[in-house]
Amino acid sequence: MSAKSSQKIAMAFIWGSGVITVLILFLIIGYVLARGVPALGWDFLFTAPKGGLSGEGGISTAIVSTIYIVILTIAMLIVPGIGAAIYLSEYAKDNWLTRIIRYGVDTLAGVPSIVFGLFGFVLFVTALHFSFSLLAGALTMVCLLLPTLIRTSEEAIKAVPRSHREGALALGATKWQAIWRVVLPSALPGIVTGIILCIGRIVGETACLYVTIGGSAAMPTSLLSGGRTLSLHLFYLSMETNAFEKAMATAAVLIITILIINTIINWISYRFQARMRGGA
Amino acid sequence: MSRHFIDRNAKYLVLLCASASFIILAAIALFTLREGLPALQEVGWLKLIFGTEWRPSLDKFGILPMIVGSLAVTLGAMILAIPLGVGCAVLLAEVAPHRVRQFLRPAVEILVGIPSVVYGLVGMLLIVPLIREIGGTGYSIAAGALVLMAMVLPTIISISEDSIRAVPRRYKEGSLALGATHWQTIWHVLIPAARSGILAGVILGIGRAIGEAMAMIMVMGNAIQIPTSPLDPARSLAGGIAVEITYAGGLHQNALFAVGVVLFFLIMVINSFAMVVMRRRGERT
Repeated sequence: MSAKSSQKIAMAFIWGSGVITVLILFLIIGYVLARGVPALGWDFLFTAPKGGLSGEGGISTAIVSTIYIVILTIAMLIVPGIGAAIYLSEYAKDNWLTRIIRYGVDTLAGVPSIVFGLFGFVLFVTALHFSFSLLAGALTMVCLLLPTLIRTSEEAIKAVPRSHREGALALGATKWQAIWRVVLPSALPGIVTGIILCIGRIVGETACLYVTIGGSAAMPTSLLSGGRTLSLHLFYLSMETNAFEKAMATAAVLIITILIINTIINWISYRFQARMRGGA
Repeated sequence: MSRHFIDRNAKYLVLLCASASFIILAAIALFTLREGLPALQEVGWLKLIFGTEWRPSLDKFGILPMIVGSLAVTLGAMILAIPLGVGCAVLLAEVAPHRVRQFLRPAVEILVGIPSVVYGLVGMLLIVPLIREIGGTGYSIAAGALVLMAMVLPTIISISEDSIRAVPRRYKEGSLALGATHWQTIWHVLIPAARSGILAGVILGIGRAIGEAMAMIMVMGNAIQIPTSPLDPARSLAGGIAVEITYAGGLHQNALFAVGVVLFFLIMVINSFAMVVMRRRGERT
């Protein structure tokens, strides 16, 4: 085969793989929206699931559970996540301690979510007697998401120019004042992006919540009541009932949420880059 | 409180935060091992890993069918995802004009964010009936592999793209100056130079694939048998834990934690391998 014809075949393959990737995306989103959106409505969003084989009712309690889990998890995640990022980017020296910490972050990031689920099940559900509850689920999610927030925040903090720190230190600020008043505010858009990314992961997560929050369809009343997030509700609907229309409508809500989250992230990073380019 | 007092102690506070990941990692290893140990002792390491029968009611806990199920579905997904992912990475890094790239990259990002249960649901309603046409019930390794392919594609694409981009410009220019076509340059120069990065992306993809539980439960049929064809149903390690953990008790529960131990160490080995490969790339460039 001549160099020219192999070039043609190869380019066809390369473009083809791009087209297939986009088609997969459109197929998933298009199919879910086409089948799910017609079943959406205020009724569906604001009535509680009634159970049964046909999955009567809506998803109101699942929405509330999801919001609770998101708020709880993010509230407990922010301090250790950003604190660790500050340590790694501002304090860490190149020594054994830093290597151990990095190994911990990198390895934790790869642990499968069902293994986090097992851990949460033994520690939070059983040993600490939280039983199947929002609290147990959120604590497990904190462990799962720690590496994600650390990595995104660390990147954001490292992107802050050295001159910012030096300026603050030259004015007599302590190291911590420079970090707290100068570096963190500059890195804020990147850190917020990381937090929103984590919210997306919480909304989409199932395996580790499946074994820690119990799956009750009732409205959660306290931190110790069980619940089911939207993703979990979708799983129960499609495995335990034949309510595929309801499952599809739930999937549509999830897809729309994810699309909104992606748009916000892109908007923030676009604004952030524009500001950095503007010489701020 | 003086600002110097805060400054002195802030360091230790953030150090504590930074240690949390390692402490959690150690705690996960410890707790899963502690819960799995009774089963490992009762059944025995070898019998557990190489046992072909999983019947909790008869206290038979062999996880070989699940190991084979996990490996088969991962292998299938990788055979599909590697050419597609690397092709797409080359498109993004080398071939596509700016405007195509601006459209394709967000598309790949959305693919990452889609919840695994949505992949599972679409798999149940679109792919499973399609495979039923070929034979069997449709709930099969093949269905699992197709769903997993879509899920690991973004990992392979983004890491491969980064590493192709990281190849110094002069490599490409040298090759083109010698009269090589663009494709010859990609195949003989860029991909070999970016090899370790692409490999790291593939290994991380394998890690993701083996760890996926819910989507696999939804499309693989969950039969506990050693599959003999891609159309056979099967159960994966991660899926196997999720299916039974909510109602298991006693030795059965310990056995599921033992499956967790196997899964945990499998992933540790896979990811350490990826880290070594990535570090080597870092040293060379």
